[in-house]
Amino acid sequence: MESLILFIPLLPLIGFAINGILGKNLSKTIVGIIGSGSVLGAFILSVFAFFQVLDAGSFQAVAFKWLEIGSLKVDVGFQIDQLSAMMMMIITGIGFLIHIYSIGYMHEDAGFYKFFAYLNLFIFSMLLLVMGNNYILLFFGWEGVGLCSYLLIGFWYQNAEFGKAARKAFIMNRIGDLGLLLGIFFIFQTFGSVSFNEVFTAASGTGGTVITIICVLLFIGAMGKSAQIPLYTWLPDAMAGPTPVSALIHAATMVTAGIYLVCRSSVLFAASPEASQFIMYIGLFTALFAATIGLKQNDIKKVLAYSTVSQLGFMFVSLGVGAYSTAMFHVTTHAFFKALLFLGSGSVIHAMGGEQDIRKMGGLKKSLPITHITFLIGTLAIAGIPPLSGFISKDEILAKVYYGTGSLPFILLCITAVLTATYMFRLYFLTFLGDFRGTHDQKHHLHESPKTMTIPLIILAILSVIGGFLGTPEWMNHILGTEHILDKYLSLLHNKGIIHPSEIFEYVVLFVSIIVVAIIWFTVKSFYISKKQLPENDEDEKGFAKLLSKKYYIDEIYNTLFVKPIEAISEFTHNFIDKMLVDGGVNLFGSGVKEGGKTLRWLQSGKLEYYIMGMVVGLLLILVFNFIK
Amino acid sequence: MAILFILIPFISALLMLIIKGNTTKTIAIGSSAINLALTVALILSNNYENWNTNLDWIPSLGIGFSLTVDGLSLLMILLTNFLLPIIIGTSFNHNYDNPSLFYGLVLSMQAALCGVFLASDGMLFYMFWELALIPIWFICAIWGGENRIAITLKFFIYTFSGSLLMLVALVFMYLQTPGSHSFAIQDLYNVTLNKDAANWIFWFMFIGFAIKMPVFPFHTWQPDTYTNAPSNGTMLLSGVMLKMGIYGVMRWLLPMVPEVINGRNIAITLSVIGVVYAAIIAIKQTDLKRIIAYSSISHVGLISAGILTLTPNGFQGGIIQMLSHGINVVGLFFVVDIIEKRVKTRELKELGGIAKSAPKLAILFMIIMLGAVAVPLTNGFVGEFLLLNAIFDYGASTAAIAGLTIIFCAVYMLRIYQFSMFGKTNEKTQNFEDLNSREFMILAIIAVAVLVIGVYPQFVFDLASPAVNHLLEQINGSNLSSIK
Repeated sequence: MESLILFIPLLPLIGFAINGILGKNLSKTIVGIIGSGSVLGAFILSVFAFFQVLDAGSFQAVAFKWLEIGSLKVDVGFQIDQLSAMMMMIITGIGFLIHIYSIGYMHEDAGFYKFFAYLNLFIFSMLLLVMGNNYILLFFGWEGVGLCSYLLIGFWYQNAEFGKAARKAFIMNRIGDLGLLLGIFFIFQTFGSVSFNEVFTAASGTGGTVITIICVLLFIGAMGKSAQIPLYTWLPDAMAGPTPVSALIHAATMVTAGIYLVCRSSVLFAASPEASQFIMYIGLFTALFAATIGLKQNDIKKVLAYSTVSQLGFMFVSLGVGAYSTAMFHVTTHAFFKALLFLGSGSVIHAMGGEQDIRKMGGLKKSLPITHITFLIGTLAIAGIPPLSGFISKDEILAKVYYGTGSLPFILLCITAVLTATYMFRLYFLTFLGDFRGTHDQKHHLHESPKTMTIPLIILAILSVIGGFLGTPEWMNHILGTEHILDKYLSLLHNKGIIHPSEIFEYVVLFVSIIVVAIIWFTVKSFYISKKQLPENDEDEKGFAKLLSKKYYIDEIYNTLFVKPIEAISEFTHNFIDKMLVDGGVNLFGSGVKEGGKTLRWLQSGKLEYYIMGMVVGLLLILVFNFIK
Repeated sequence: MAILFILIPFISALLMLIIKGNTTKTIAIGSSAINLALTVALILSNNYENWNTNLDWIPSLGIGFSLTVDGLSLLMILLTNFLLPIIIGTSFNHNYDNPSLFYGLVLSMQAALCGVFLASDGMLFYMFWELALIPIWFICAIWGGENRIAITLKFFIYTFSGSLLMLVALVFMYLQTPGSHSFAIQDLYNVTLNKDAANWIFWFMFIGFAIKMPVFPFHTWQPDTYTNAPSNGTMLLSGVMLKMGIYGVMRWLLPMVPEVINGRNIAITLSVIGVVYAAIIAIKQTDLKRIIAYSSISHVGLISAGILTLTPNGFQGGIIQMLSHGINVVGLFFVVDIIEKRVKTRELKELGGIAKSAPKLAILFMIIMLGAVAVPLTNGFVGEFLLLNAIFDYGASTAAIAGLTIIFCAVYMLRIYQFSMFGKTNEKTQNFEDLNSREFMILAIIAVAVLVIGVYPQFVFDLASPAVNHLLEQINGSNLSSIK
């Protein structure tokens, strides 16, 4: 098994190499088979690995020694335990569905082979990230994911705007990466190793400022990858890429990396209450903040993008209160329904001939039956209808927060959940119900997507429905005789113990949720369907609504605060400091020598009498000098 | 036997006196390839001590013609002899008038560079150091751009002044050696100086080397020279020649006066300032060559800071980053050369959309660019990681500042790539001709090197580690004695 593990990341890498180098000359079918097949192979092996872990516990496999200098040893080595096995299944499983979907979605694109090569590389990087047995290998995957997102967001490279979004993603991620890198340096300095086992063994039972610094630095990395305030603005722009890429980035890979990092380092985070609290508040604020923006977006993918930011906030809140396995639970269910929603939106965009503005959609229910029903399931899951997966995992987070920190975070999180249901229902109604508001041409061309696209949707819809049974709450366990599978499976993450909410609390949350979500459903429906209200044009928005539709002007603020000043500094440094001061100083030195030479030139007049006089004067001076001395 | 590395290119250079026309290209590439083959053979034989050359030169003054091969020298020779055939290969894109002169100069430069990296006698080192300057000066002054005379004059005077400071320091050290004096490296190492003298020696030598690299604020000759030199001259300067300065710090400066702690601190500070300073400037430049020139200052600053920490990570990181930087920067300048030759401009704003008609160039340029951005599994990452780690152990906040390079470098490199390769084509770039087979081969070799070193860097460390340990022992040993 150990050596077979190496094939899990290797297969997508091989797929990348084949499609990248030869893909141009291969038929699209073969490219698709190689691309998807390699991920399917990795998925099957991951399932094997999963059962291996279940049977015999975690194990390691070392490919080769990457670097050894003094005490710094870095292997290209993999560690398969409960956490990584779970991530591997999400990455390869959902990744595979997205690959299949892409065969249909990208079929007309000239860069078909390139797209699959990049997707494979993405999966490879993500696998490296979760499988590595040390922080350096994690960093490899970490950066690799950033690179792939750059390549894929800017996939349609002739569009300069997309290119800008791609660069933004890479650079914002790099800001986080610097934090992570410094965190790794701190870890190495403190514990003398970068391998997970050694670090966590050495770290258990420690605490103090150093651990907090390490945790905060690692979290800065996570802010970048998992799009938390202040490093989240790249994620909404990242939808410039083809839609399957958005699904991949938002659901199965990339954004989950930050959650994984914190879970992986949960020994450290559990030892730092300060850092944990910091994470909790950042997550809380991000969840609420992004959800309000989501209320006023009219681009189908942008709504989903802000919902991802918000949902990630939920996960970080959960991490902040020490409920690591709960966060992983939400990662899993979120991967199901967010992949579903993004792929569903892709199917809509596909049918609409590239249109993404929900104000120009409506009534798509009839022409896109499968997309419609699956999208509805995804919407209900994320909005929190019991017993769909999103409800159960979100409910667990709310319970952990309630018992873990207190009422204010709990209330804010509940408000966020209400907002989530609101913007998702709004999105659903405007897109699928009511009258069609597009052009005549678009109406004529409306069609359900091909099977390669709808089958992944159906599978994901099923998963979104039943995914919650991975972590059933107590009341369900009582009624159905189930058990909380994940809590048991992820016992290695219980560095802070498990909190069990009382059954009364659970019932209250359950019934209140049902009632509140039902109220929201009918209110939003009456507003957008019965009264046929449409969102205003962005320019006509006023007051707070305008602030929301402009996303609080954060991009503009960053531009004014960071981008412009750095550009100005760059020019100032070049034109003034470098040219005038530094080089000016050098030239001054040069001209000083030159002028000095000119001044002294009269000495070299070439007239013999002056030289003789000079000698005589000189000799006299020497004599006088000696005499005085 | 090590003298072969110098003799082969030197004799080939002399041959250029009697050979004209296209045969010169064949001889140049053949001769440099023989040097490369010899280097590889020597590394594989794993028996390089026997290759040391010790001849009398001016025995009365204690000057010997002694060349010593160790892992560090060998890697530098490998870099030189790997890049020279590549640079000569890229030169076929141009029809230089008077090719005999051009290739003669290139080959004599190769001879001198090998000499610099092998010499274990102070005077010999100095001689090769200066010999390397002369050919490159002619190359820049004869085949350079519009302002070549003024710019190369400044370049020459600037670097030559630095060399003189170094000479003064070497002679001073020589005069402190016991008995009838000697320039042998070990004798120079063994000299113990008082504090003031050590300070002076440190700064004289550091400035000499810093100008060559160049380290802030001794860098202002570099952007103009790189921009104005013919592409192959720029490659020689940035790919190989600047490594003389770094090598000099490792081999000569630090083991001779390791005890100058203040000086080292200031030098590290200057280097780190240079890392950020040059990167910030690079962000808004629009001339491709100039951007890469400033990026080179930034990268070299990191190497300089790293080795000055006197740690194994710093030394090893510095060594591997010298190789990586040399390979990447030659690749980048070649890409610029290819673009400039086809569209007659290096202005970023006049480019765009090249990827559409030149996918081969786009892919290889991407890989090399990623190497420069230091993405893991490319060569750039290994060195940057080790250097930053070394600087981190020196001071966490210093590392945080130097670490800004990983952000800024992504900014300016992606900007170059974006504005040249991506976006819409214009009338200049729409018929961009993709790589011909020679260009493809050269860039592919470079791209493979980028990946091989990134994936399996350990062979470099294994080769370098005896030499690194020896140097660090020398440094720490005399550190201890000076504390006593």
